[in-house]
Amino acid sequence: MAVSKQPLPCGLIAFVKRDCPTCELVEPALGQIATGDEPLTVYTQDDLSFPSVVVAVDDTDLSMSWHHDIETVPTLIRADADGTELERIVGWNRDQWQAFTGMPEVGMTLPEHRPGCGSLNVDPTRADELNARFGTSKLSTRRVQFAELEDEIEAMYDRGWSDGLPLVPPTEARVLRMIEGTTRSPDEVIGVVPPDLVEVTLEKAAVNAVMAGCKPEYLPVVLAALEAICDEAFNMHGLLATTMGVGPIFVVNGPIAQRIGMNSGINVFGQGNRANSTIGRAVQLIVRNVGGGRPGDVDRACHGNPAKVGLAFAEDEAGSPWISLAEERGIAPGVNAVTALCTEGPHIIVDQLSRTPESLTNLIAESMRTAIGPRMVLGVDALLVLSPEHMARYRSARWDRARFRAELEQRLIVNSDDIIRGHNGIDEGLPEGFAGLELPKFRPGGLHIAHAGGPAGLFSMVFNGWVSGPKGSVPVTKEITG
Amino acid sequence: MTTVLDPTNEATPTRIEPSTRPESLAGLTIGLLDISKPRGDAFLDRVETRLTELGSTIRRYAKPTFAKPAPVDMRHEIASECDAVIEALAD
Repeated sequence: MAVSKQPLPCGLIAFVKRDCPTCELVEPALGQIATGDEPLTVYTQDDLSFPSVVVAVDDTDLSMSWHHDIETVPTLIRADADGTELERIVGWNRDQWQAFTGMPEVGMTLPEHRPGCGSLNVDPTRADELNARFGTSKLSTRRVQFAELEDEIEAMYDRGWSDGLPLVPPTEARVLRMIEGTTRSPDEVIGVVPPDLVEVTLEKAAVNAVMAGCKPEYLPVVLAALEAICDEAFNMHGLLATTMGVGPIFVVNGPIAQRIGMNSGINVFGQGNRANSTIGRAVQLIVRNVGGGRPGDVDRACHGNPAKVGLAFAEDEAGSPWISLAEERGIAPGVNAVTALCTEGPHIIVDQLSRTPESLTNLIAESMRTAIGPRMVLGVDALLVLSPEHMARYRSARWDRARFRAELEQRLIVNSDDIIRGHNGIDEGLPEGFAGLELPKFRPGGLHIAHAGGPAGLFSMVFNGWVSGPKGSVPVTKEITG
Repeated sequence: MTTVLDPTNEATPTRIEPSTRPESLAGLTIGLLDISKPRGDAFLDRVETRLTELGSTIRRYAKPTFAKPAPVDMRHEIASECDAVIEALAD
């Protein structure tokens, strides 16, 4: 409940705290001012016995400090009979205090100048809670109050908000703190979320990001990822409705990945990194709670896959001799971006013996030809994630990204006779009419490449997609803005 | 007592009742919607034969791709031209 603003008392008003050497320094000066003609009121933020030279007024709840925007202690204010502030000074400056009070004897024995300290109401550990308590909330989201005896974690499960894992309660203070992770306005509409096609505001995204366990600095990445999946080309409705076990995964490029501590190395697709684990989860919670995409409703996946809880990772750009996934998709070097792709979970590609790029490329091609089934061509996209040790083969042979792509795509040409219906006693396959053709496994632009993983391990990973291109899902890359 | 912010879309869903089931398909116009999955046409061809025998008028529709919702115009077309619709989901 917001506490209304109390007017200032008439005369001089000081805000101080004991835990401030400058406030302690000016204590005798306050004693001198108290003997002057103007009435003096001193608000103390932390210790009612301070300052001892006057009877301090209790502001330990910081209500007066917050409402009157005190940023530094000591602050000295003059107010008129209506309680309207006329002027203020901060910190200690002897000449300034003498002029302000009109008392030339004030603080004559004190040093000439001392800067003040931070006021408690702007202490980062308290500011959000105070903003929530005293502020006229800038948040328009409906409030939900849990009963006294309700366990808050259980209460959120009971309301159907969870993906199965516990959620962080999205209190106003936490949501306000989350929103501070961006300079954008809370009421900005980020996108229209399938399947119910509901507009999602930054504020509503922040509520879900809190629940997912995100830190405020992840929010710009969450918002860009959200923009990507709300892009019509990505076809999030289709991803949900399909019986195939696919979901959105997010690849983060640019310096923000390192700045927010994303993992691009050991166990990159696994557990243990907060940003990797919560960014994708936040987006999936938004799809669930705002878009209405829930398993068993519009989400008809036969199996789903564990990555549908939320999978995001950073590309290891520093360790790669190649341009990044985002750069290949048209993003300028050094610009932060998220690429959303529709895929299953990762599949391992083992090759511990190849020492030449040709041999390794042959093996990767042989593996990728089986993507979502060896009889399927031109059906799905794939994201190949080369490990550092596999990348070393290409680095030492001086293959660049374009060379690798060309060599791999050449090896991914399939003879349709090998995958025609009935061949090798298998009913699945291309119709008879497709006999005698050379067909690429992936559509043009359907093979995506990134670099990530721990320093040791002669394995790469491939994420196979779903119906690709304009008839299905097209990967979408969005720049991450503030 | 904890107060949290509602993570949902805060919408109150509108409930739309399904249309009344016709007692007979004879004389009605029936839409057959192929979602463009393999063999949907085989299923709908057979349904068309059987319904024509019953005296229904058949109109055939096909989604451009099974991977996306039917276009709004197509949904409107079916609703305005047909008394009932049968959709073939199958492979």
